[in-house]
Amino acid sequence: MAEEKKLKLSNTVLPSESMKVVAESMGIAQIQEETCQLLTDEVSYRIKEIAQDALKFMHMGKRQKLTTSDIDYALKLKNVEPLYGFHAQEFIPFRFASGGGRELYFYEEKEVDLSDIINTPLPRVPLDVCLKAHWLSIEGCQPAIPENPPPAPKEQQKAEATEPLKSAKPGQEEDGPLKSKGQGAAPADGKGKEKKAPPLLEGGPFRLKSRSIHELSVEQQLYYKEITEACVGSCEAKRAEALQSIATDPGLYQMLPRFSTFISEGVRVNVVQNNLALLIYLMRMVKALMDNPTLYLEKYVHELIPAVMTCIVSRQLCLRPDVDNHWALRDFAARLVAQICKHFSTTTNNIQSRITKTFTKSWVDEKTPWTTRYGSIAGLAELGHDVIKTLILPRLQQEGERIRSVLDGPVLSNIDRIGADHVQSLLLKHCAPVLAKLRPPPDNQDAYRAEFGSLGPLLCSHVVKARAQAALQAQQVNRTTLTITQPRPTLTLSQAPQPGPRTPGLLKVPGSIALPVQTLVSARAAAPPQPSPPPTKFIVMSSSSSASSTQQVLSLSTSAPGSGSTTTSPVTTTVPSVQPIVKLVSTATAAPPSTASSGPGSVQKYIVVSLPPTGDGKGGPTSHPSPVPPQSSAPSPLGGSALCGGKQEAGDSPPPAPGTPKANGSQPPVSGSPQPAP
Amino acid sequence: MAALAEEQTEVAVKLEAEGPPTLLPPQAGDAAGEGGGGTTNNGPNGGGGNAAAASSAGGDGGTPKPSVAVPAVAPAGAAPVPAAAPEAGAPHDRQTLLAVLQFLRQSNLREAEEALRREARLLEEAAAGCSAPGEADGAGAEAASALLSRVTASAPGPAAPEPPGTGASGAAAAAVSGSATCPAAPGKVGSVAVEDQPDVSAVLSAYNQQGDPTMYEEYYSGLKHFIECSLDCHRAELSQLFYPLFVHMYLELVYNQHENEAKSFFEKFHGDQECYYQDDLRVLSSLTKKEHMKGNETMLDFRTSKFVLRISRDSYQLLKRHLQEKQNNQIWNIVQEHLYIDIFDGMPRSKQQIDAMVGSLAGEAKREANKSKVFFGLLKEPEIEVPLDDEDEEGENEEGKPKKKKPKKDNIGSKSKKQDPNAPPQNRIPLPELKDSDKLDKIMNMKETTKRVRLGPDCLPSICFYTFLNAYQGLTAVDVTDDSSLIAGGFADSTVRVWSVTPKKLRSVKQAADLSLIDKESDDVLERIMDEKTASELKILYGHSGPVYGASFSPDRNYLLSSSEDGTVRLWSLQTFTCLVGYKGHNYPVWDTQFSPYGYYFVSGGHDRVARLWATDHYQPLRIFAGHLADVNCTRFHPNSNYVATGSADRTVRLWDVLNGNCVRIFTGHKGPIHSLTFSPNGRFLATGATDGRVLLWDIGHGLMVGELKGHTDTVCSLRFSRDGEILASGSMDNTVRLWDAVKAFEDLETDDFTTATGHITLPENSQELLLGTYMTKSTPVVHLHFTRRNLVLAAGAYSPQ
Repeated sequence: MAEEKKLKLSNTVLPSESMKVVAESMGIAQIQEETCQLLTDEVSYRIKEIAQDALKFMHMGKRQKLTTSDIDYALKLKNVEPLYGFHAQEFIPFRFASGGGRELYFYEEKEVDLSDIINTPLPRVPLDVCLKAHWLSIEGCQPAIPENPPPAPKEQQKAEATEPLKSAKPGQEEDGPLKSKGQGAAPADGKGKEKKAPPLLEGGPFRLKSRSIHELSVEQQLYYKEITEACVGSCEAKRAEALQSIATDPGLYQMLPRFSTFISEGVRVNVVQNNLALLIYLMRMVKALMDNPTLYLEKYVHELIPAVMTCIVSRQLCLRPDVDNHWALRDFAARLVAQICKHFSTTTNNIQSRITKTFTKSWVDEKTPWTTRYGSIAGLAELGHDVIKTLILPRLQQEGERIRSVLDGPVLSNIDRIGADHVQSLLLKHCAPVLAKLRPPPDNQDAYRAEFGSLGPLLCSHVVKARAQAALQAQQVNRTTLTITQPRPTLTLSQAPQPGPRTPGLLKVPGSIALPVQTLVSARAAAPPQPSPPPTKFIVMSSSSSASSTQQVLSLSTSAPGSGSTTTSPVTTTVPSVQPIVKLVSTATAAPPSTASSGPGSVQKYIVVSLPPTGDGKGGPTSHPSPVPPQSSAPSPLGGSALCGGKQEAGDSPPPAPGTPKANGSQPPVSGSPQPAP
Repeated sequence: MAALAEEQTEVAVKLEAEGPPTLLPPQAGDAAGEGGGGTTNNGPNGGGGNAAAASSAGGDGGTPKPSVAVPAVAPAGAAPVPAAAPEAGAPHDRQTLLAVLQFLRQSNLREAEEALRREARLLEEAAAGCSAPGEADGAGAEAASALLSRVTASAPGPAAPEPPGTGASGAAAAAVSGSATCPAAPGKVGSVAVEDQPDVSAVLSAYNQQGDPTMYEEYYSGLKHFIECSLDCHRAELSQLFYPLFVHMYLELVYNQHENEAKSFFEKFHGDQECYYQDDLRVLSSLTKKEHMKGNETMLDFRTSKFVLRISRDSYQLLKRHLQEKQNNQIWNIVQEHLYIDIFDGMPRSKQQIDAMVGSLAGEAKREANKSKVFFGLLKEPEIEVPLDDEDEEGENEEGKPKKKKPKKDNIGSKSKKQDPNAPPQNRIPLPELKDSDKLDKIMNMKETTKRVRLGPDCLPSICFYTFLNAYQGLTAVDVTDDSSLIAGGFADSTVRVWSVTPKKLRSVKQAADLSLIDKESDDVLERIMDEKTASELKILYGHSGPVYGASFSPDRNYLLSSSEDGTVRLWSLQTFTCLVGYKGHNYPVWDTQFSPYGYYFVSGGHDRVARLWATDHYQPLRIFAGHLADVNCTRFHPNSNYVATGSADRTVRLWDVLNGNCVRIFTGHKGPIHSLTFSPNGRFLATGATDGRVLLWDIGHGLMVGELKGHTDTVCSLRFSRDGEILASGSMDNTVRLWDAVKAFEDLETDDFTTATGHITLPENSQELLLGTYMTKSTPVVHLHFTRRNLVLAAGAYSPQ
């Protein structure tokens, strides 16, 4: 036993230079080396002694972290006066710096502006301790409610999916006395570190993982029924709620196979019947499942991918192809496939290459109808710039010819025309940004025509637009980084608050440090099933000395939007700062955002941090730095066009399915445009 | 303020009215015959005998005198290697002797010391127990008597306190005990501060004799080689020697100021030690100078208490022969002076058997330490006629299962009528009389009992988790009343908060002026005295000045105890929600406190390494349980209120007799500080949990370890048996609640004669089979567990976001 755990105990002592420094600071100039050494030994010993006592207080306080008060009590035990003034509730965040061969730990003290403190609203009084009861277990089974940890943590699901051999270990322990009601005990067992894994793999007869029957409880069956009905039903409000439940509930692991089958069967049936609305609903379910942070879908991808692919490339998705906006569904599904690729493609399953191959094959085929053609291109384009570069650009000329032959040629059928039109705009939309990056600036119409054929001139103008766009953003990026690189606390802005509890200090407004934590915690505990909408943050900089005096809104990070229907989400209601927190960077006085453009001559930079309740990502110029109003459903008229540069989908009014365009509208900036985020 | 005072007197009167016969002073113990302390029962006996007890218990009398803590055994040569197990009287005879010897040495009376030592060894060999002290006294100078009396004061049970009822004198009614099983008396009783340490140089004097410092490594590796080359059956046993030898050799080197040698010695060999000694090794590693040894508690523990090893005779002979052959005096001296080798006849133990029992700060418990009889049975329940039968019937009828309950009730009644053969006499400890309200509560309890769920592996209890939100990592203690109506939380911000978890809100009694207006004859007078305006779900009790580490409700739900870092235990009234008494005495943080299951008494334990027994109406402790070598982390009453179990940071659990203050059981086997204890409802078993994440099960009657439950990955903070004892629930810092099959764990006990006689147990590796369920919380350490009367589990803890 002693051999396996060679404990490493080293007697660390303080460097004797420290003693010298301390002595000097107290006015003792000369101190002998010997004295230093003695002092060092003594001080190190005493410090260790106190630390060991402090640990005792930590243990008795039932904590995992040592706090400053523990040290105080330990000092008190020794009849030493405690150190006053170090009463941090949180762990002291020491920073580390090294350079010139020296290492340094220091406590970062931020410079705060007094006016900040004056202008920030008072922090809320910390919430009082309260008691909340929930069922940890009901007759031996742990209910899957938000108060309990997810039945199978995502890591475990992932491990099971990707490394089945290893994951046999946690499973093994269940087949003891727990076989009958194993699900309650399963997750925690996986945690036990000291479980003897090796014997299982090495010696003895090889044991297969026992087959387990996953029965759904009555409640789960009811839930499944309700959710699936709501998802494909006619009531949009109900659907939003159901989708939100799918996207956030922690206990769906058991039902995943059912959902997956439901979706794949549903797609199979409805494609045949050309029921566009239902297909859209099903795709939204896929999206919600993907968004659930507690689920790992790898095991079900084999069912989901065909369904989603069908929605992209199917020849016909709706009864009246000339009127219905099945293009939106194809876009949405293409984005889903891209997301799946990103999450689950590995070198062993080759999902991405297989998908790419499928798309290419159907696109290359001469007889492919325009709808399928559109889907293939959309699917490829969503896979990223590299795919566009290698697979789409070389075929632009050929494709351009085909489009021209339809658009300019004799009117064969209206449907073909519309299809060709869509393909054209799709190609322009996706290729322009890539080309803008690839090609050196002077954009010559003729050169484009030479290279890309009939699409050349259009492409050229789009590329020019894209370039302008990029330049605009680059300018902003530069300026932003300029601000950021200054040793101001504004740096911390760029971190997006996670929907969970987090350490304070991200917001530099001193008064509000304690605030977000509490509210987040309490909100989470009080009403956890509601999703916290992804916060979007804006840095608004106004420089009134510049000629145009325009203010640019730069979207730093736009997280994937949740189902934006909840207006009463816990976080936004509890954070009192629905009004933006204004951070004044320059030395001028702070002003409320509405008067931002005042002060001629004085350079003012405002950084407006707001947590708008919806996740609508917006880019492009706006004239006012006020927080984005919580208009969740209406996509910004400027948002898409500014970034993507094109009359994208301008003619298509939203089809009967109201949810789809919204989801579309909030998506594009992620993959379509160069991200300026530093 | 005036109102407060009035209320207090009121309550005080009430306490008088309860009028339980107080616990009498300890009886003359079986072995407490000799010595200056005497065993008189007649008031303050003034002699030096209970000086120690008095001063150490004088909580309000300022700091205890340093001299109290001199147990100071310096066994300069009196080899305690008895050929046979020493007789009952032997331990403290020897202790007396040793003290005298030490005194002589201090006074430079070399010749006398030598003479006495020779004498003593003769005596010991003759095993003439009783005559020893007299001769020792004779041989020593007169001045020795003072010292002698000091030492005997810490010997078992001689300090005779006055009857506490008088309460006139300041002398404490305390019994310092524990030494019967631990010849080296507690390192300290009142105090741990540096200046209070027993004369360190005296303690360390044994290290004066020294060999060549450079030879130490050679000695050690020589022994190591010998042990590693010995036969398998002996190797495991002899390996036990490594750790104590390592420690003592290192300390000798440090004491004699061979710093460099000490350092290299440590570095060379510390890796060989068993991993569970890591914490102590860490302390040792920082101890590099002679000056550091002063005031280092761990070091003192090593010096003042002998490390106990259990070795079979064969192995011991082997070792002895080897050491004599090699002329390895250095090691032989250490073995003789600092180790207590408990030799037994029979087969050497296996590595696994040894590993199960070792790990404590001072080695294993001696076999004779666990021999005394323990009355672990339950007291007979008082017979209460159940007048509410008719009402019950109706209630049951409403629920639709009419006649089932009656026979059951008869069962319960008959069970309580039988006298348990293992139970203590009913009046062994004076218990408070039952009040009417207690009887009502008992009736309620019985009614609930009939609705209790029968638990088992196929019928697991539901767990309701009470999460403390926004506690900011400040929750330090939780308790739940027996009827599960109130929850108390102790917090790091010095507050105690009491919640009502039933719809019934917490109300305090009206002010005195308003009370006088009430018609005292009315039927609902108890209702009328409550002030409706004060009704709320939560009451906060302010009074402590440090984190509250322990909380306990009285069985009648009228009082709440809390213990704190500020060294006090406070008694709160749950009628007025004010503090009634602050019990001072510990002077250092009080880690835990608990009410007796019958009320009135309570026990507390703290950083000063002692546990104290108190009665609510006495401001000084009735008993002081001293013997642990480190902090007393948790304290629990036996269900029959006759015993108290304490778990300590020295990794031992001790069971103390409330009657005479003796330590009747020492359980070793944990590898980390013990943080939770619980008795099984039938009083036969004890479960303990420690920082090592293991739960150990003990048979109290036989004094044996009977089970080991592995599974937790962090400190086990809370343990509780179900009401019928079928399920053991454990809660831990690893954010899990686990349920264990207690019936199965206790089912096939090996309690044959051999096991009982030798204490050699072979534990089955069946933790996985016994584990019935594991329930993760969401980053919430499980601080407290409770079974309601119907066997629903209540768990509590504070959500601590990562």
